[in-house]
Amino acid sequence: MRKLVESEITNRNSINGVGSSLQHESAIKHVTGRAQYIDDLPQSNQLLHVATGKSSQAHAKITAINLDAVRKAPGVVDVIVQADIPGHVDVGPVYGGDPLLAGDTVVFVGQPIFAVAATSFEAAQRAVRLANIDYQPLPPILTIDDALNAESFVLPPHQHLQGDPDAAIDAAPHQIEGEIYVRGQEHFYLEGQISQAWPNEDGGIHVISSTQHPTEIQKLVAEVLALPLHQVVAEVRRMGGGFGGKESQAAPLACMAALFASRQQRPVRYRMPRQDDMIQTGKRHDFKNRWRAGFNDDGRLLGVDMLLAGKCGCSPDLSEGIVDRAMFHASNAYSFNSARVVGVRCKTNTVSNTAFRGFGGPKGMMAAETLMDDVARALGKDPLDVRLINLYQPGQDITPYGQQVSQHVLPDLMRKLADDADYRSRRQSITEFNQQSPFVKKGLALTPVQFGISFTAKHLNQAGALLHIYTDGTMLISHGGTEMGQGLYTKIQQIVATAFDVPVSMVKVSSTRTDKVPNTSPTAASSGTDLNGMAALDACNQIKKRLAQFAAGHFNIADYELQYHKGSISAGDQQMSFAEFIQLAYMNRISLAASGFYRTPKIHYDKKTGQGQPFFYYANGAAVAEVCIDVLTGEYKVERVDILHDVGKSLNPAIDIGQIEGGFVQGMGWLTTEELLWDDQGQILSNSPANYKIPTAFDVPYQFNVALYPQDNKVDTIHLSKAVGEPPLMLGIAVWAALRDAISSTTDYRFSPRLDTPATPERVYWALQQCADYQHQQEAS
Amino acid sequence: MALYINNEAIDIQQVPADTSLLQLLRQQQLTGTKEGCASGDCGACTVMVVESSGQSLTAKAINSCICPAASLENHYIMTVEGLTAQQAPTLHPAQRAMVECHGSQCGFCTPGFVMSLAALKQARPDLATAQVEHQRQAVLDAISGNLCRCTGYRPIVEAGCQSLKIPAQSFSFVHNNESTAPCSSTTTVQKADQIYLKPKNEKQLQQAISDYPSARLIAGGTDLMLEVTQQYQTINQFIDLSDVDELTQTSIDDDSLLIGAAVTYSDLERQLADIAPEFVALLHRLGSRQIRNRATLGGNICNASPIADSPPFLLALDAILHLASSTGQRRSVALSEFYLGYKQTAMASDEYLTSIEISRSALRQPVKLYKVSKRYEDDISAVMGAFSLTAQGKLTIAFGGMAATPIRMNDTEQLLQLDINGEFAEQAITKAMASLADELTPLSDVRASAAYRSQMAGNLLRKACIELCQPDLSIGVFTDA
Repeated sequence: MRKLVESEITNRNSINGVGSSLQHESAIKHVTGRAQYIDDLPQSNQLLHVATGKSSQAHAKITAINLDAVRKAPGVVDVIVQADIPGHVDVGPVYGGDPLLAGDTVVFVGQPIFAVAATSFEAAQRAVRLANIDYQPLPPILTIDDALNAESFVLPPHQHLQGDPDAAIDAAPHQIEGEIYVRGQEHFYLEGQISQAWPNEDGGIHVISSTQHPTEIQKLVAEVLALPLHQVVAEVRRMGGGFGGKESQAAPLACMAALFASRQQRPVRYRMPRQDDMIQTGKRHDFKNRWRAGFNDDGRLLGVDMLLAGKCGCSPDLSEGIVDRAMFHASNAYSFNSARVVGVRCKTNTVSNTAFRGFGGPKGMMAAETLMDDVARALGKDPLDVRLINLYQPGQDITPYGQQVSQHVLPDLMRKLADDADYRSRRQSITEFNQQSPFVKKGLALTPVQFGISFTAKHLNQAGALLHIYTDGTMLISHGGTEMGQGLYTKIQQIVATAFDVPVSMVKVSSTRTDKVPNTSPTAASSGTDLNGMAALDACNQIKKRLAQFAAGHFNIADYELQYHKGSISAGDQQMSFAEFIQLAYMNRISLAASGFYRTPKIHYDKKTGQGQPFFYYANGAAVAEVCIDVLTGEYKVERVDILHDVGKSLNPAIDIGQIEGGFVQGMGWLTTEELLWDDQGQILSNSPANYKIPTAFDVPYQFNVALYPQDNKVDTIHLSKAVGEPPLMLGIAVWAALRDAISSTTDYRFSPRLDTPATPERVYWALQQCADYQHQQEAS
Repeated sequence: MALYINNEAIDIQQVPADTSLLQLLRQQQLTGTKEGCASGDCGACTVMVVESSGQSLTAKAINSCICPAASLENHYIMTVEGLTAQQAPTLHPAQRAMVECHGSQCGFCTPGFVMSLAALKQARPDLATAQVEHQRQAVLDAISGNLCRCTGYRPIVEAGCQSLKIPAQSFSFVHNNESTAPCSSTTTVQKADQIYLKPKNEKQLQQAISDYPSARLIAGGTDLMLEVTQQYQTINQFIDLSDVDELTQTSIDDDSLLIGAAVTYSDLERQLADIAPEFVALLHRLGSRQIRNRATLGGNICNASPIADSPPFLLALDAILHLASSTGQRRSVALSEFYLGYKQTAMASDEYLTSIEISRSALRQPVKLYKVSKRYEDDISAVMGAFSLTAQGKLTIAFGGMAATPIRMNDTEQLLQLDINGEFAEQAITKAMASLADELTPLSDVRASAAYRSQMAGNLLRKACIELCQPDLSIGVFTDA
């Protein structure tokens, strides 16, 4: 008989399971530089590097392509155009519209027209600059307004209708109209898009990709190469950040690398340098939101009519779900009473916009939050009071899409935050300060977030996991989720360790591979832990059930008498280490591997009626921000931020707080310094970190207090936790609202200036000028 | 012809002259150092460079992505791999604190942060016992060139402060004792058409310019190297100014301050702390710590960028530039005469800038420097305004970002004169603001609109008039800078 491995567990006390602030599973590898990203893989002489030749036109017919100089360039091994693609040309994720290489027409500046594989990264980049391409320009549509005028949409409009909003607004004591332009955001994951592919002996491909969606990589690579799915393995160990940008948009790189790997039978790496990444991959959508609302003397909304127009770019990509989610969150945490929310998906000759943390939600919420402040100023009320009375609460709990809000977290959470952060007394002292300070004004705002958790595409709400227990008691868990820094692997490790009450060191999480767990959903919609954690737990429970039955027979006890405790088990009066017990089970031929599965219960949504229950539950949070602005320049500083956030029962408080802080700062960046700009030819101007400014450490408020709201989830999620990936991003709205509050103070809070985003110093300055104009008019009349 | 990476000599004689240190590191499979942008903007490529001068060692963090490897001949470079090797079996305090404070999420930026923090700790042992607030300021400064997209920075700043307090093993650096002959220009790289020269004095420099008239002059290279890393151009010939004795000195006497063209900003921050505190405060917002450790005042001037941050200050103080040519001819030109047009200067092709002179009397004048940009740190100005109050009660005014070149506002200056109360009359200020609007026709670009720039020129003038007349009054939001 083969000798079984000896167990090596030494520290039985440090379980570090669910609920503990276990460090990120790769933390030591991160700080020592040993964590391997794709570009760190060893390079052989065989390795080829890819670059693409890009369209210089926003919309044009290609009349001639001359690639002679490209082919002759030093280091070039292979050059391809669309006709060289053996299988599907289109790599769009849902509806298509995204050719891997352009055919005879280009539809955005930067669109890849041909691709080069060369012996070095630099050789490939130099070669693609040598092409001669002639264009016959076609009229481009570059802006949301152009698209609205031309009715240029990637998909048809969609509507949520609740009651009779027109009648309700008209009958209300007060009416208000408004509009805001909310600009998009560049993901700026620190690791740019990258994939590497190897041909294998069967004519298949192994591709390792920095992607949130390995199954889609597998599928699209197979389609592009005209291979069956079982010939392609997609693998992801970790990403250097994703934020949604690597959900659909990682695929072209994987497909291109696989295509060259297949043609040349050599390993091929395709890494986008930062500038290519900023030009060629989609971003958060710009949105133009318009509304008309009716409200009573208390500021309670009676009806809202809202149009949300998203700039989708040249193809649908994920824009169906993104604009839908903007609509779902257009009321944020507030009851509209009666509502019409219309979402349109504008087709423009710009790069196809894509998922970005919040997935449309943030843009919808900006409409609701702007409306709250405008109503408050119209009535001379504190915006917090208007927010509180409009919150979903018993009696006013139906969303415009028909879902009943059942866990009323925010009314208490916001009051507690207002108390903890001294909102009322600070409001008073800030108002006094502003009356005496001509050049510097302070602003304060408390805004909530209510974010629906579940993919709105129902079929995606499923997950698988594969658990192996080896004969020394150590475990390997594979699952369908990807690690992009959010701590999913760590939480999965904790979930599995807790299931058997063994130290986390006994559980290793494997890289995510489509040959281990198939048909996975993207790690997106904040659902990574909810779905994969439950699938992993299901796998644990299956094995635990077998072990319980085995123990019952073996030790002559009842099933439930098998107990796990800190690396040991007890079965009746028997006690042994977990490893010994596993060895015993193995010797008795008990299967120690299991495939777990989970699907989210209860959710449904009818796209025809725009009604349903798309979300399993909501995650909540609120932030108070205090800012000061320079009236002469519009420059500002965020002085203090307090956050109270609902993660249910936290699986790992340190990781959850990390998500909250990081999400908040990313959201603040989106609304303040990060400005996406295109010129009138459709060329992106913000194409490098030199001219696109994400926050630095200096921008983080000096006083930055973050706390978890201590309340378990009331629906049955993994250990009663709540998703945390996306919701905190929208806490950044508090900073924008505080800036607007400070600006409005120059009119004694009577006038609510338009403040499109990002609220750069320049936009703050112009909003101050709106206030000055208002003051002049008031004084004149 | 070698540099010392983690105490291992790496021969670079056969490496192309424009190879960046980052490329070299990654070719050596030292892949802990990452490329995030290849433009010196994100800090993922940060490494520690240690220079020895006599007995003392100075540690600096630099962006390896835009630093030619050849420029670091004989330098010691420590990467994140070296940091761990020397602290084994434990982690370096910066690493340990980053783990304990949960300072990494995706981990891609992390080695860069670790190296910035390790360089701070190495350079500033005095901070171990400093007040928390001083530690925090130092950490913020050290990581001003490191972007993180995941954490929101709070745990990284905390880790930085904590790491300063944890005792560290001291590093050992393999010493290269071969002294280069004192009078020979060092050639770091030489093969076929490639040349990287590091002259030690002006005589060698002039010879080098004569010998290689098409070679590019490089100091920190923080702008020049973008041609290589962003536009994929090849530069075969460099003449590096950073070892030229005369160009790396700062001297001060009763009459004037003379700043060598190749003095780095970081050195200037130390050297000018007492005599030009406003300028030093501005330098904190110019680039990042990593950039300032390489970039030079001469580079900022000779680049002739309309949005360079230091020329407006120098224009407002009537700085003089001293030039020399490859034949040893010397001449001086007022900075106000130096810029001829967009990216054009009065410098001949065989000339170089030796030093920048500011009179002590100008330095004694009260000065206000305002940089308006989207982001506070490490951003390019939308508008840069410099204002100085002369002993005669006149205001000198200069701007960056408002024209094709940095520009001095001679006409508007005539309109402002302190009155007997030591103030500028409101009417005069209003008139001056209108005059600026006439004199300036800025452009709209990715950083700001023309209309905003015009308004800022006037408003910054107003602000300067208020703050210069009431020295105790600060009316902005960034009062600490």
